[in-house]
Amino acid sequence: MSQLIHEIKEAARDFLRDGEDRTVIGFEQGSLPLQSRPCFIRKENDLERLVWNGFCKNNLAGYLPKRKGKIAIVVKGCDSRALVELIKENQITRDQLVIIGVACNGMIDRNKIEADMDGESIVDVEEGEDVLTIKGTNSSKVFDRKEYLYDHCKVCTNPVPVIHDILLGQRDSNTPQAPVNDTFSDLEDFSALDGKERWKYFTEEMNKCIRCYACRNACPMCYCPECFVDASRPQWVGKSTDLSDTMIFHLMRAFHLAGRCVGCGACEQACPMGVDIRKLNRRLQKDVMDLFHYKAGCNLEEKTPLATFRTDDSDSFMVEP
Amino acid sequence: MNSENVKLLNKERLDDFLKVLFRDCIVFGPTRKGNMLLFDRIESIDDIVLGRGNTMNSVKDALFPQKENLFNYRHGDEGTEIQKPSAEEKGMVLFGVRPCDAQGLLLLDKVFGGGQKDPYYIDKRSKVAIIGIACENPDPACFCLALGGGPCSTKGSDLLLIDIGDKYLVKAGTPKGIAFFEEKVFEDADDEALAKASLVEKKAEESMNRAALGEAGIGEALEKRLEKLFDDPIWGEVTESCLGCGVCTYLCPTCHCFDILDETVKSTGERIRIWDSCQFPLFTRQASGFNPRPSSKERFRQRIMHKFCYLPKNENLPGCVGCGRCVTKCPVNLDIREVIKKISLREAT
Repeated sequence: MSQLIHEIKEAARDFLRDGEDRTVIGFEQGSLPLQSRPCFIRKENDLERLVWNGFCKNNLAGYLPKRKGKIAIVVKGCDSRALVELIKENQITRDQLVIIGVACNGMIDRNKIEADMDGESIVDVEEGEDVLTIKGTNSSKVFDRKEYLYDHCKVCTNPVPVIHDILLGQRDSNTPQAPVNDTFSDLEDFSALDGKERWKYFTEEMNKCIRCYACRNACPMCYCPECFVDASRPQWVGKSTDLSDTMIFHLMRAFHLAGRCVGCGACEQACPMGVDIRKLNRRLQKDVMDLFHYKAGCNLEEKTPLATFRTDDSDSFMVEP
Repeated sequence: MNSENVKLLNKERLDDFLKVLFRDCIVFGPTRKGNMLLFDRIESIDDIVLGRGNTMNSVKDALFPQKENLFNYRHGDEGTEIQKPSAEEKGMVLFGVRPCDAQGLLLLDKVFGGGQKDPYYIDKRSKVAIIGIACENPDPACFCLALGGGPCSTKGSDLLLIDIGDKYLVKAGTPKGIAFFEEKVFEDADDEALAKASLVEKKAEESMNRAALGEAGIGEALEKRLEKLFDDPIWGEVTESCLGCGVCTYLCPTCHCFDILDETVKSTGERIRIWDSCQFPLFTRQASGFNPRPSSKERFRQRIMHKFCYLPKNENLPGCVGCGRCVTKCPVNLDIREVIKKISLREAT
């Protein structure tokens, strides 16, 4: 790990020395244990702030749309796929970017750890390759790293960044270097439920929503200058936390992300209320794969299925409703 | 301490006390919903969860709900008919309120019950009793001590329960609290219990950082400094990572901004009040399309200014009670404590 962060800093240093008006977007230690957070670095002296660990959960690609100047950005596998989509959607140009790719071992879900601390506050953490030693106020606990990853990390099939200028970090030799299609086995149990049960599940989840829009604002693909929920003339969506309003917000957002969502889990990480936002998007990822054989963010050439037309496009969803 | 202000409650008799509350009142308290600890309306004693830590949402939700019906209306041939919501007859109890959240209500009282009286808030407030529970193990993100509160502070609580082992030492902060002592469940407090409670308080306070907002802390010096720094580049620096979401404001026990909307279907509808947030672009966007607070920089500055400059000046109370929710739940860990510290070290340019 210390070698890796050294390499990240060196790559960032080379980038900063290479010219004027340059920004490095990476991670620094947060103010609490189990928290790393985004940081913006413009001076070599500040490079010491950079960290890399299992808590670098944010998708930094979200800071890129319409940003000016040269940027070096630290990305994981999922983040790099968001970059690909953003470049394709003309939100940033490839030549503005120096992509410092880090082969990712999955990010640790702080909420899962906290839930298993028996109410003890976390004071410190020591991250090993396979285990985490968490120091609480009264005791120490050892956690199996793999078990406490975010759900989207557990099903991730391409932890190695798909585009990069520098690739750092190591995964075991079984890790695919190129994107692999998902099996979506994690959706099987849910898909087996009947419509009423699925609706009940979504109803319960969306009822928790407080309309803070953290999901939308954390999403690298949600960059509309005016979101449909913020439009007031006309107002498309009710503003309250009534189920009909929250449901419309989440359903519409999911539709907007169909074929574009890279499954980075930024929405779910940002949600303070623990809403399972990802389930909808994950299911749409599967639909897009089934209908158009497309996985978002895998390469720069392939056109986004909902932004293009082919005569052999599937139309089963129209003719067999 | 005056013995009429302090009693003991055996933990085995807590349920008896709660039964009295449930009999007479609508009860809100900490309860588990899925994997979340929420402050919500509670139907049965078994649903109350008194453990470590604070609820994800603050107790303001009970008195200032995220969506509130102000009235229903119907446009007819004879004009417009207005129907006000029927007020709840029963009293209300907010049980298991942490001292920070109780202190937060004191600010809401000034906002909704000061110069302009808000009937919806006032009505609920007049019927509510606040029964707090002290924090014997404050979280690392808590900083109530830096805001004039404390883990065992009675500010804003009618009653405060302090866990001293097999009993609670119960302090009454108001006459309303003292009235509860009529119930048979309470015993007289002895010196030993009082000593135990002060030890709990001492230990809890010692585990916290009194200077979480910097050595100077809050006060007039900070207010003046903030005024001078209004146009300082510091706001751009500290907000570069801000996502512009409403987590900090919606979880905050003192944030109270709202919007009023009519939801109309054909000739009938309801006028509702919903929470709004200074962190949203729509909050200040004018009809012309111009927005005086166009980016996170201006919006976040407003949040800090309101809490640490304008409210202290206008209401003599800061708009922060140190509950730490915005610190732990901010998706990018933009820590308000660090921002205030940076500001207190910044010389105006």
